[in-house]
Amino acid sequence: MTLTHTIRTALTGLHTNRLRSLLTILGIVIGVAAIILIVSLGKGAQSLILDQIQGMGPRTIVVIPGREPTGPTDAAQIFSDSLKVGDLAALKRQVNVPGAQNITPILFGGETAAYKNDTFRMTIFGGDTTIFNVFDIDLAEGVFFSANDVRASASVAVIGAKVKEELFGERQAIGERIRVKGRNLRVIGVLSRKGQTAFFNFDEMVMVPYTTAANYIFGIKYFHRLILQAETEMDIPRTVADVERVLRDQHGITDPEKDDFFVETQADLADTLSIITDALTLFLVSVAAVSLVVGGIGIMNIMFVSVTERTREIGLRKALGATRREILTQFLFEAIILTGIGGIAGIILGALVAFASATAISHLTEFHWTFVFPFSAALIGLVVSAGIGIIFGYYPARDAAQKSPMEALRYE
Amino acid sequence: MRLIEARNLEKTYEDGDVATHALRGVSFSIDQGEFVAVMGPSGSGKSTLLHLLGFLDRPTRGAYFFEGKNRNDYTDDESARIRNEKLGFVFQTFNLLPRTSVLENVKLPLLYSDVPEKEWDERAHSAIADVGLSHRISHEPSQLSGGERQRVAIARALVTKPEVIFADEPTGNLDSMSGKQVMGLLQALNEKGGHTIVLITHETYTARHARRALYIKDGNIEKDEMISEHLAADSFIK
Repeated sequence: MTLTHTIRTALTGLHTNRLRSLLTILGIVIGVAAIILIVSLGKGAQSLILDQIQGMGPRTIVVIPGREPTGPTDAAQIFSDSLKVGDLAALKRQVNVPGAQNITPILFGGETAAYKNDTFRMTIFGGDTTIFNVFDIDLAEGVFFSANDVRASASVAVIGAKVKEELFGERQAIGERIRVKGRNLRVIGVLSRKGQTAFFNFDEMVMVPYTTAANYIFGIKYFHRLILQAETEMDIPRTVADVERVLRDQHGITDPEKDDFFVETQADLADTLSIITDALTLFLVSVAAVSLVVGGIGIMNIMFVSVTERTREIGLRKALGATRREILTQFLFEAIILTGIGGIAGIILGALVAFASATAISHLTEFHWTFVFPFSAALIGLVVSAGIGIIFGYYPARDAAQKSPMEALRYE
Repeated sequence: MRLIEARNLEKTYEDGDVATHALRGVSFSIDQGEFVAVMGPSGSGKSTLLHLLGFLDRPTRGAYFFEGKNRNDYTDDESARIRNEKLGFVFQTFNLLPRTSVLENVKLPLLYSDVPEKEWDERAHSAIADVGLSHRISHEPSQLSGGERQRVAIARALVTKPEVIFADEPTGNLDSMSGKQVMGLLQALNEKGGHTIVLITHETYTARHARRALYIKDGNIEKDEMISEHLAADSFIK
């Protein structure tokens, strides 16, 4: 019998038992759909996170005070005041770190802003003028603070869209004064709405010169972070090395093991987060894969019932000249076609649900969630479900092939 | 020409410790073009004989020569080939595929044959015409009467142009009128088409369509004789 006829015979066999075929593949459909959905959402989450990291610029290098945490009990905050004004000056000296640009210290903390009778819990964010370049943020109105403002610890503020809305509503904010920790800050700019990014929500932020934040708001003489950018992505490793050398020099450290700061690049962060999302996705896929095995056992069960029910048909086909191999192939093909169709249906179903979820997330939250169709998972899902057809269809098919034509014809 | 030759055919079924001797050494031969009725009460071994002659089972002892070649020299796959090319089967319970059209049912043996696919439709149509069912070609078995179903089964047996047609109680599930039609058809296939036919029946009346009768009882051939009261072929076929 030719392949075309084997497939056609198998299809006819499945078509004659439509409802049963449909119920049989349900397990496979759900299993594959779950895998597609999970992988798609996993990829979506990953690309969202990576996008946000990219939002800070892939060339961005962050210096964090304290030791790099090596375990959960490690007191990472032990040197949390290690980044000082002298370090900033040293990094800014061109000969020290030739590849560095947009160097800025950062101070941040939760505070309450008040305007007349309205108050709003926001984040004070102190930085240099370059901070607006580093984080790629735009103004809706007004201006950013200037180098002069930074030098003079000026009491000026650029407020986020949400802060403006909460404190001023529709009213004009530029030129008004808000109170933070007993200090009056004059609003000089309002940021355009940006939504939640990886680490900060700029909509709920009040941005001030780092000098103002250090001297008047937090009253500290160190920085929470130092941020700088490498000239090109190629320069990142060299720039990191330069930063480490300069800071060790500043802090009188000779043994890198005793560093009181650590340097994080966006690439490191992206890698780490990718590993985490990949691991999570893998874990969930393994859970979903269990349902595929259950689906496979369902297929085997139904195939056995089918073989028993069609004993007479098998006997007839053998009497009419079908060989053992032809019967085996027919039933094996029925199983593979069943699971193959189940796999395709599962891929379509999973993709549709993932697409609907992505659309819903984008609409209902502030995340810009993109739908990702996981081609590799789809391919694997298809291959695995067809494989399940072969594995769980083989035994019933062999059972069918081994029936003696005479016994099979007599079967009632 | 000698088509079938049985020499001391024995068949014993073992079920645990109990051995059932279905055939106890039967010998006979059938020539090409004969119409032989194998008769006997139920349990006499006539169905077992049909299974052996039809390559559906193997004898326990003795030899069966088909077209001069020993049955025991055929592998399972070769047996399947013989069943497909040289033998046609008509069963008491019709054994048509449900929810499958008359045409597709008749084409079924061709699926397992070497007949080129472009000839399938023509062959099937001509076999269906031979049994007078051209007007039912796209019906499904459930839409046909018992007699019509058996005629579809005969068309299916004919489609590969076999040497022998084995008919196992073909009228057993039919009313007498349909039974007569089916027997008339088989007789016409023998007398006009030159097909060799081996008919299994326990009804004397049905056997009278054949030319020769083998009487089997308790696994032995009791009598082998020509039928004297042979019925003339009915001329109902369209």
